[in-house]
Amino acid sequence: MFGFGILSCIVFLPLAGAGFILALRGNDEATLENARRAALGTTLIVFLLSLYAYARFDPSSSAFQFVEEKGWFGHGLVYKMGVDGISFPFVLLTTFLMPICILASWQSIQNRVKEYMIVFLVLETLMIGVFCALDLLLFYLFFEGGLIPMFLIIGIWGHTRRVYASFKFFLYTLAGSLLMLLAIMAMYGVAGTTDIAVLLHTHFPSSMQKWLWLAFFASLAVKTPMWPVHTWLPDAHVEAPTAGSVILAGVLLKFGGYGFIRFSLPMFPEASAYFAPLVFALSVIAIIYTSLVALVQEDMKKLIAYTSVAHMGLVTMGIFSVTPQGVQGAVFQMVSHGLVSAALFLCVGVLYDRLHTHEIAAYGGLVARMPIYAAVFMIFTLANLGLPGTSGFIGEFLTLLGTFRINSWVALLATTGVIWSVAYALYLYRRIIFGVLDKPNLAPILDFSWREATLFAPLVALTIFFGVYPTPVLEASAAAISALIKGYDTALGETKTAALFRLKAE
Amino acid sequence: MTPLPLALAHCLPELILAAGVLVLVLLGAIRGRESDGPVTEIAAGLLGGAIVVILLGGKTNAIVFDGAFINDGFGRFMKVLTLAGSLVTLVMSRDFLAAEKIDKFEFPILILLSTLGMLMLISAAGLIALYLGLELMSLALYVLAAFHRDNIRASEAGLKYFVLGALSSGMLLYGASLLYGFAGTVSFAGIAETINGKASLGVVFGLVFLMVGLAFKMSAVPFHMWTPDVYEGAPTPVTAFFITAVKMAAVAITLRVILTAFPGITAQWRQIVIFLSILSMVLGAFAAIGQANIKRLMAYSTIGHVGFALVGLAAGGETGVASVLAYMAIYLVMTLGTFAGILSMRVSGEGVENISDLSGLARTDGVMAFFFATMMFSLAGIPPLAGFFAKWYVFNAAIQARLYALAVIGVLSSAVAAFYYLRIVKIMYFDEPAPAFDRPALAPRIVLAGSGIIVVFLFAYPGLFIDATTAAAKSLF
Repeated sequence: MFGFGILSCIVFLPLAGAGFILALRGNDEATLENARRAALGTTLIVFLLSLYAYARFDPSSSAFQFVEEKGWFGHGLVYKMGVDGISFPFVLLTTFLMPICILASWQSIQNRVKEYMIVFLVLETLMIGVFCALDLLLFYLFFEGGLIPMFLIIGIWGHTRRVYASFKFFLYTLAGSLLMLLAIMAMYGVAGTTDIAVLLHTHFPSSMQKWLWLAFFASLAVKTPMWPVHTWLPDAHVEAPTAGSVILAGVLLKFGGYGFIRFSLPMFPEASAYFAPLVFALSVIAIIYTSLVALVQEDMKKLIAYTSVAHMGLVTMGIFSVTPQGVQGAVFQMVSHGLVSAALFLCVGVLYDRLHTHEIAAYGGLVARMPIYAAVFMIFTLANLGLPGTSGFIGEFLTLLGTFRINSWVALLATTGVIWSVAYALYLYRRIIFGVLDKPNLAPILDFSWREATLFAPLVALTIFFGVYPTPVLEASAAAISALIKGYDTALGETKTAALFRLKAE
Repeated sequence: MTPLPLALAHCLPELILAAGVLVLVLLGAIRGRESDGPVTEIAAGLLGGAIVVILLGGKTNAIVFDGAFINDGFGRFMKVLTLAGSLVTLVMSRDFLAAEKIDKFEFPILILLSTLGMLMLISAAGLIALYLGLELMSLALYVLAAFHRDNIRASEAGLKYFVLGALSSGMLLYGASLLYGFAGTVSFAGIAETINGKASLGVVFGLVFLMVGLAFKMSAVPFHMWTPDVYEGAPTPVTAFFITAVKMAAVAITLRVILTAFPGITAQWRQIVIFLSILSMVLGAFAAIGQANIKRLMAYSTIGHVGFALVGLAAGGETGVASVLAYMAIYLVMTLGTFAGILSMRVSGEGVENISDLSGLARTDGVMAFFFATMMFSLAGIPPLAGFFAKWYVFNAAIQARLYALAVIGVLSSAVAAFYYLRIVKIMYFDEPAPAFDRPALAPRIVLAGSGIIVVFLFAYPGLFIDATTAAAKSLF
């Protein structure tokens, strides 16, 4: 299409939309309305394009599809795009969430609207690029480049402590990522290329693997985020505008898990096996500790942010169990979390638009005035705690199942997290929705407008649909994941055989 | 021995500048006060002409004038960068000087003289030529630093630079004399031949003193003490000149001396370079955090960037040198853009240089804020901007040379440095507006936008000058 492959179109179309908005002159209401419409139109077209790609996607193949390759840097660094069953669900997730974000900002953003839309479109390009890049340097470019728009989103359109939160977000992620950059350079030195498809079949020496793994871990663990480097997340969430939180929880947190599946497992299998207990320990701590922390939060966004950390703990645990169930569960959990937590942040945003506070104590008894809202919020609360029949359940169940096969103690401890999640989720729900509506400023509060209802409809539909029928996601990723696990086992098997041979020789 | 006309052809750019300077001095003296206009234009024309001559001229390498002057790919590359730095600074400085009422005709002439010194420095193939070029460059710089002679801070800057510069020249000269004494020759190739892998103590001493002198000119830690004061006190265009053209020449001659005169004793100089590099990166990152004056902040920033460039030199080899060249080229574009922005900081006719004066620039001048923010992100090395590729080159060279600790310290200090670049973005974008700037003059605006566009779109062709830098680096080995 237009001399590009379909993936390049999906990735770079938002930039074209941003360019169009940049060209709009004037600051009157009509121009701003045009800017909003242009942004919405662009993201919708991108979503449709990605659906078109999905129709042509072959889930039975584990190979990269829609591959495009062009000379770029020279010296083994190429512009290479492609997706497989692991990355494609995330591309769809991103393109699906973006129009929702734009709609959610329709009225709540009145300040520097054009810039806001431009920044969001640029961010979309960078996020989709992360999942499509098949060259490590290109991946890094998108991965790190996303910091700039997110920094601006939090810093310009955020709340009172926005400067602190934006700096913390930026510097935390930057420091981790730079170590990953060094690892990429070292891998480039060994393999002579940064082509991911080649690196997947490159064997790195065992001693080197551990360092490379740690360097990648430094970056991905911050992004995921894993305990104890998660502290930037609650701050960033609390200060970000609603759509910023949605993107942060819905897409940016998936970079970490995606990176573990894409790079850590297949490229450094020995180191992954070696460090798996560390990941299990950190994941279990994340699940239990952050659930407890979530219980005592007084800020709605902070509470949901901590639940995100706990859910990401399940993801990392599932990934490093390296069982088909665990890894598939992790992918599913990420997709489901992308929908559910995004929806929860939108729910909070709906309240914030009306009362301009995230304090839990400021609300109560909303069911009397906002029955539809209460119902929708209920669905996502239940999905968040993993009720069977919602998408949250499938991911939790599969990751726990996969982990149980490897280490029953880890699975046992992680399962207690499910109980905690019931506690914090229902406790939050009770305090906001039920009780007596006795606060005077809550009396005139209104239920969903049409625009808000449109926002939530697809999210509700997908959450329940995937809860009942998870096959589309599971099937899309099955082939790629089983190939991944086969490669992992072979690599570990070879090492063991080699070690045996050494023993015999001695 | 090369016949004279041929030898002169190899130093045609230098001849153009030298002859031009003499004519301009006469022109200025005859026409008096009102001559600054044509003098600036002719000087800019001469610089541009020198660039054209180098780009279109012969690509043959030769050592002429009895082994004192070398014309090679490396030299041509660095000369183009240096000349470009001088040219753009000169063009940008005009409105600033006029506004400060120091638009005298001596300014372009001193810039030309200093640039001539830099070209000779870059092409030096022996210790004497090196000293000649260095002093020609420095003497003009001392005057330039104090060019605003009614301003007490500029005078202080000039004096400080002169005293410390003379000290460093003395050290360099002492090192040179030791080297001559122990090697018996002043030509770099001759020194390399004599050393031949076995460094006597005297040679190592000479090397150390030589490097002290060069580190001073590059403002690498711990020989950087003059930098913040001089950069802050000197008139802004002069600071821009220091940070762009002078930096190019100083880094170029450091590379040339080390790699052509001491290739046999890598272990000896590498530890010095690593030492300078680590200290510069770390100090540049931490000391800039507390600065309130943007020129002072840029002084610490440049100290840090010299540290990053030295990472590439420490890596050594063709890849290392190519990475330094790429780094310097990208750095030149970024700093020219940044200083174009700083030169535009004027409120009701008065130049301001506090970071807080940039407050809320995004509201009062969105275009300038956008490009200035681009420069800051790029200096911080955030992809996909050009500054990231600069870092990629040098750190990649370091990793391939197995200097892991150096690379780790480097990237961590660059994460620290990101803080103060971000702070400027924060002040421009998140804070409430300060009084708006006057409408900036045309030249700085064009330079800022131009370098902004280069910095943003370099990712489309990151290999743009990779062939040029690789070819240039080859000529050193």
